[in-house]
Amino acid sequence: MSDPVQTARAEATLEGDALTVALAGDWSITRPRPAWAGVLAGRTPKRVNLRDSGLGQWDSSVLLFLFEVQQWARITGAYADTKALPAKVHALLGQMSTSHETSVPFDRSKNFIEDVGEATLDMGRKMRKFASFLGECTLGAARLVKRPRKFRWADCLDEMQQCGAMALPIVSLISFLIGVTLAYTGAIVLRQYGGDIYVADLIGLSMVREMGALMTGVVLAGRTGAAFAATLGNMKANEEIDALETLGLSAVDFLVLPRLLALGVMMPLLAMYANALGIVGGMAVSMTVLKIPPTAYWVEMLTIVDLSDLLVGTIKAVTFGLIIGLCGCLRGIEADRSAAGVGRAATSAVVTAILLIIVADAIFAVAFDILGL
Amino acid sequence: MAEPAPAASAIDVTGLSCGYDGNIVLQDVTFSVPRGEIFFVIGGSGCGKSTLLRNLIGLHQPLAGQVRFHGRSFTDADLATRRSLLKTFGVLYQGGALWTSLTLRQNVALPLEEHTDLSPREVAELSCLKLAQVGLTGFEDYYPAEISGGMKKRAGFARALALDPSIVFLDEPSAGLDPVTSRKLDELVMQVRDTFGTTLVIVSHELASIFGIADRVIMLDREAKGIIAEGAPRELAEQSRDPRVTEFLHRGDKLHA
Repeated sequence: MSDPVQTARAEATLEGDALTVALAGDWSITRPRPAWAGVLAGRTPKRVNLRDSGLGQWDSSVLLFLFEVQQWARITGAYADTKALPAKVHALLGQMSTSHETSVPFDRSKNFIEDVGEATLDMGRKMRKFASFLGECTLGAARLVKRPRKFRWADCLDEMQQCGAMALPIVSLISFLIGVTLAYTGAIVLRQYGGDIYVADLIGLSMVREMGALMTGVVLAGRTGAAFAATLGNMKANEEIDALETLGLSAVDFLVLPRLLALGVMMPLLAMYANALGIVGGMAVSMTVLKIPPTAYWVEMLTIVDLSDLLVGTIKAVTFGLIIGLCGCLRGIEADRSAAGVGRAATSAVVTAILLIIVADAIFAVAFDILGL
Repeated sequence: MAEPAPAASAIDVTGLSCGYDGNIVLQDVTFSVPRGEIFFVIGGSGCGKSTLLRNLIGLHQPLAGQVRFHGRSFTDADLATRRSLLKTFGVLYQGGALWTSLTLRQNVALPLEEHTDLSPREVAELSCLKLAQVGLTGFEDYYPAEISGGMKKRAGFARALALDPSIVFLDEPSAGLDPVTSRKLDELVMQVRDTFGTTLVIVSHELASIFGIADRVIMLDREAKGIIAEGAPRELAEQSRDPRVTEFLHRGDKLHA
C-alpha cells in the first residue's frame, strides 16, 4: 500500500539579508507545488539558503522549483545556495542548468525565394521520377510479355478480386444513382419540348461514353489507388521494398505490374457494369416518372448508342485504370518512411489520379472529336 | 519463490493467464517486483515475454489473474483508477514508438502537457532535461525520422521518464543497439533507479544487460507456459539444475567472462 502523500512545502524564514527556504513533503509533477514568487512574497533577500527539512518522495517537480530559484537569483544578482540539498538533487539541478544553456533551437525557417526555388526543383524531380517510373513499367511489361511464367499471377488475381469484385457494391450504387440523376436532369429540358423519350438517348450516350468510365475511375481512385499507395508505402517503411531490391528483384515487376494489370483488366469490366447499372437507373426513372415503357426506352437508346461509343468508353476505362494504378504505386514507392509519409502518399495518390483522369478525359474528348469517333 | 510483503511491492502479479484467440501463451504466472528493483523478464524467442508485458501495461486484457501496481488492482480497475495508475508507469517500446509528426522535444513534452499543470516554459525545460539525461542534447528539435535507431530508443526512454513514473517498463531496450550504446542505456537505467528509486521491468534476452544490471530475473518458457526460474542471474547461472536455464545463461556467461 502506498504511504499517505504529504503536501509539497517550501517554508521561508528571513534572517537579515538571507532567506532560508526549507523544503519538505512529497514533490510530484502531477500534483501542485509551491511557486517561488509565493515563497518569496515580495521580499528581496541577497542570499537564499535552500535546505532539506523532511523532503519525502521527490521528482522533477523539485528541480523545476529550484531552477526557478536559480533563474531568479541570476536575474536579481542574489546568491542561491543549493549545496545543503541532497547530493542527487544537486547533481540533477546541475544537469538541468547545462541542458538549459546548451539547448539551442534548431532553425528550420527558410526564406520565400528559397522555398519557391526548392518547390520548382522538386516539381522537376517529381516529373523526371514519374517519367522514369513510367519507363520502368513499360520495360517491366515487355519483360512480362517475354517471360510470362515469371509474372506474379497469384498476386495479380488477388488484386483483381480486391479492386474488381470487391468494388461491385459501391460501383453499383453510384452508377445506378448517376443514371437516376441524369434522367431527372434530362427530363427537365426534354419535357418542355415533348421529347421525353430522348431521355433514353441522353442516358445511354452519356453513361457509355463518359460517366461509366469516369465515375468508376473516381471510385477506384479513392478505393484502390489509396490502398495501393498505403500498402506500398507501408512496405517501404518496413524496408520490404529494399529487401526486394537487394535480392536483385525489381519492385516494379513484383509489386507494380500485378496491380497495374489487375486495374487495367478490371476497370473496363467495371465501367461496362457501371454503364449497364446507369442505364437501368435511367430506365427506372423513365418508367415511373416519365411513363416510358422499358421496351421503348431500350429501342430508343439503341438507335443512338453503337459499338463505337462502347469502344470510346472502354478505351477511357483502360486508361483511367492505368492512371490510378500508376499514381497509387508511384506515390507508395516514393513515400516517406513514416506513418505520416504513408498518409500523405495515400492522399496524394487519390488527388493525382483524379486530376490526371479529368485531364485525360478532356484530351480524349478533343481527340475523339478529331477522329470522328 | 520469494514472496516479498505486498506493501513493499511495486508490482504484484497473481495467477495471470494470457494469450490470443483462445491460444494460451502463459498460464498461472505469479510474481512480485519490490520497489526500486531492476527486474528482468527473460527467455527464448516466442516464450511470451512481450505478451506478458502487454498484459502488464494493459494493452491486452488477461484471460485470468490479477495485476496490481503499488497494491492497487489494475486489471479490474474502473476508468478513473486505471487512468491514475497509467500515470504511474512509463513504457519504452521496442522501436521507440516515437510520434513521427512531433519533434523529440514535443514527444517528451506531450505527456507533461496532458497530465500536469506545468507552464509551457517549465514543460520545455523539463523535456530538455529529460533529453539531456539520455544524452540527446542538441537534438531536441529533430524529428524521429532524422535520427538513428539507438537515438530513437533513447528518446523513447526520455518520453517514458517524462512524468517521473515510479515504474518503467522497457521492451527489448538493447535490441538493435551496438554494445557501447547498449551499455550506456544500462547505465542510464541504473542512474534512474539510484536517483528516483524507480522500479524497472525489462524484457530482454541481452545477456550483457542481464548480468550487468539485473537484481532479479524471471525466466519464461514456451513449453512450460510460465516461469521456470526466478532469482539473481548469477545465482541462477551457477546453481540452477534446469538445463533450459543454464543453457540460456551460460552461453552468455562464457561470452562475458
